[in-house]
Amino acid sequence: MFKELWESFTDALEGLGSVVHFLFRLVVHSPSALLRFNLISQQIFNSGAFSLVIIMLSGLFVGMVLGLQGFQLLQRFGSEESLGVAATIGLVKELGPVVTALLFAGRAGTALASELGLMRATDQISAMEMMAVDPIQRVVVPRFLGGVISMPLLAAIFSVIGIYGAQLIGVQIMGVDSGSFWSQMRSAVGLKDVTEGIVKSLIFGVACSLIAVYQGYYATPTAEGVGRATTSTVVTSAVVILFLDYLITAAFL
Amino acid sequence: MRKSRTLNLGTGSFVLLGFAALFFLTTQTTSRGLTWFGPPRYEVIAKFDNIGDLKVGAPVSMSGVEIGRVAKIDFDSNDYKAVVLLRLNERYNKIPTDSDASIYTQGLLGGKFIGITAGGADTYLQDKGQIDFTQSAFVLENLIGQVLANFTKSKADEQQNSAAPADTKSNADTKSKEKTK
Repeated sequence: MFKELWESFTDALEGLGSVVHFLFRLVVHSPSALLRFNLISQQIFNSGAFSLVIIMLSGLFVGMVLGLQGFQLLQRFGSEESLGVAATIGLVKELGPVVTALLFAGRAGTALASELGLMRATDQISAMEMMAVDPIQRVVVPRFLGGVISMPLLAAIFSVIGIYGAQLIGVQIMGVDSGSFWSQMRSAVGLKDVTEGIVKSLIFGVACSLIAVYQGYYATPTAEGVGRATTSTVVTSAVVILFLDYLITAAFL
Repeated sequence: MRKSRTLNLGTGSFVLLGFAALFFLTTQTTSRGLTWFGPPRYEVIAKFDNIGDLKVGAPVSMSGVEIGRVAKIDFDSNDYKAVVLLRLNERYNKIPTDSDASIYTQGLLGGKFIGITAGGADTYLQDKGQIDFTQSAFVLENLIGQVLANFTKSKADEQQNSAAPADTKSNADTKSKEKTK
């Protein structure tokens, strides 16, 4: 019993170690991959531009819910004008990066993992190795960098759409004064809040893309293995994102 | 070729949209960003005895219209006053030199802002000029103290209290004199 626990603990540690090792390999290969920007641009298109619709729709609805809930709550204290501040702080610092990262893991992370897993299962990766093409450099690093670049942009788009969603409900429907909505937001939101959001989304981007490409690259080369890699990408990403979110928030306080 | 062109176009517009969103977040939702690309400005200082919790970035208004922002707050150790640097919009450059700057509160418990009331002089404030007439922040604790002092005083001596000057501006001065008595 104790021995099994110890073994599962060392297994987890070994997994973590190999993820870190994999990250180092990706970072080492990144500068040379940046020279072939076409590959990265293609991946930005795949994981970024294709996630745009879901990100924008979710951002709109999250912002609208914030507007509605914030209005109901703030109305009790007679300070509906603070709705802009509440919605913006919530979106820029927390909801923007976190929800975008979760959606990104679901939309783009799974696609990356299953694509790489299928490449492994159909021996495409071994074929590349046979032809002396480094699959890490040719296939994995562009996908990783594409995700890292897309994530902060997606999070920023999410926040902006969300702010307009909150404005739509608060100002257009509930009748909060438009001027005080924006001016209170401007006086209360600092550059530090925006920076925190950007740093968060960058780190989430690294985490999400790393988990996705790692799970895909080391997937068991069977149909079942690919499926499992996809599932564990979403699960691991979600847990890691929320854990990192707490750490970064604590570090910024 | 055709396909790679649409692909690059898609990637390009996505990245552009993303950076536009980042730009919006840094300049439109924060007070800091507005001054980067704002209209031309000039700077004026004002010295206050007490600024309360006035913050950098607080609005400076005249007749309720925002004409600038607080750019810097410093402490002058020679005459023990707070030195507030106001960055005003160049458009409003006809502020008489004898204008008076006061610190007000937005709402009951809101943030502080500076209100400027125009004087009657013919000369106008220039860049690096100074507003000489200032009125300190209204600190809630002091007011409560004054009200309590008034309350106990009015019980002891109602006559003197009713004879006290009514205008609010000299009120603070007489109160502080009363305290020193």
